[in-house]
Amino acid sequence: MCLAIPVRIEALIDDERALADIGGLRKEINTALVENLKVGDYVILHVGYALNKLDPEEAARTLALFEELGQLQAARDAALEEGELSMEGKA
Amino acid sequence: MKYVDEFRDGDKARAIAGQIRQEADPARTYNLMEFCGGHTHAIFRYGIPGLLPPNVKLIHGPGCPVCVLPIGRLDMAVELARRPDVILCTYGDMLRVPGSGRVSLMKVRAEGTDVRMLYSPADAITIAQQNPDKQVVFFAIGFETTTPPTALVLEQAKKLNLTNFSVFCNHVLTPAAMHAILNTPEADSGALMLDGFIGPAHVSTVIGSAPYEPFPEQYGKPVVIAGFEPLDVLQAILMLIRQLNEGRCEVENEFTRAVTREGNAKAKALVERVFERRESFEWRGLGAIPHSALCIAPAYAAFDAEKRFGLEQLHGRENKACECPSILRGVKNPRDCSLFGDPCTPDNPLGSCMVSSEGACAAYYSYGRFSDSRIAVEEVNV
Repeated sequence: MCLAIPVRIEALIDDERALADIGGLRKEINTALVENLKVGDYVILHVGYALNKLDPEEAARTLALFEELGQLQAARDAALEEGELSMEGKA
Repeated sequence: MKYVDEFRDGDKARAIAGQIRQEADPARTYNLMEFCGGHTHAIFRYGIPGLLPPNVKLIHGPGCPVCVLPIGRLDMAVELARRPDVILCTYGDMLRVPGSGRVSLMKVRAEGTDVRMLYSPADAITIAQQNPDKQVVFFAIGFETTTPPTALVLEQAKKLNLTNFSVFCNHVLTPAAMHAILNTPEADSGALMLDGFIGPAHVSTVIGSAPYEPFPEQYGKPVVIAGFEPLDVLQAILMLIRQLNEGRCEVENEFTRAVTREGNAKAKALVERVFERRESFEWRGLGAIPHSALCIAPAYAAFDAEKRFGLEQLHGRENKACECPSILRGVKNPRDCSLFGDPCTPDNPLGSCMVSSEGACAAYYSYGRFSDSRIAVEEVNV
């Protein structure tokens, strides 16, 4: 029920309506709940209504955190591989 | 799709899961409840339980509006739909939930009544304008995410002076249900194993993170608000494990790209204007919870279907073998139900948790019923 998707605002129609790009499809959505909307903003769309704007800087920050964890995992994988190789060497 | 694909990256998922295995203390168990059905669905769809060490357990919460609506309220909608002058409109999931005597809105439609599935509540207004000789009723359900659109529709109906449109309001409130989970007899007796909450994604975009602050304070349960993508869920699990390991207990927000502490002020003010809190509301599985649901405010009473049609509260008959109530309280697993998989399936649901894709039973059935039995067998063999 609470399913909602991020969509990009393509054009503003009036204070309460906009055209949004939904996975390549342009559709009119209701934007009455969101203030100061601009073309290019991303909003969370739920049952035809924009609920909130997405904050691109915060999204980038979260992704950077995942990137760091990815590097940690790569280091763990490398250490594991090295360990296995040295084990083989001993055998 | 931007803001979706990058939060579903498989390598990153493996990395976060690796970090969870590093940091989870093998000497203890972590029992974490995802409140939201949207999270339950994501957890099974992306195979998250298989990425977690065995001592990190996920409990599925009651955050699925279709699942928690008591049968009596559905029976009231069935009564409405059977009135010859009524067109009843609602969201798709609601049509398949079996009411008393296994009568669903789908079955009522097969009797020849006019029941329609909506994509958006705005469509109900259009249907009312196109059918001036009929009474159009929007059977509204949902948590705080779905409430502001219903409020806008009520405002619009008032502006348009529609005399043939009303709303049968069943909107419910997340924090009230979280309090209820922590106050059940099982919670009091210690049978509810719960160390922290994965907080709702889209509900929180509307209400903000502030309404969760009582849970660490009053009950000592940390909350981490998470987005609905698999990396969001994994990261929130890692954040909860860190809080529990470090002895911290607070509200944290993983879904910062869409959730602030205050939420959407405009949407909150609108909901405040159009709705009032009910003294009490019945939840399936959790019973009557004080101040846990909304009704239509007096200024919009002309559009309240309960008043317009003089609806009386019905109580409904539960299927006695169905374990939905205990599953919704987080004390039983879908596998504990004797109906699960045979005869209760998504094609032939006997309980509400098997209907909606967000219901724990439906998610288990669709994505986890084979893998889970394999894990269970391995445990037995060990």
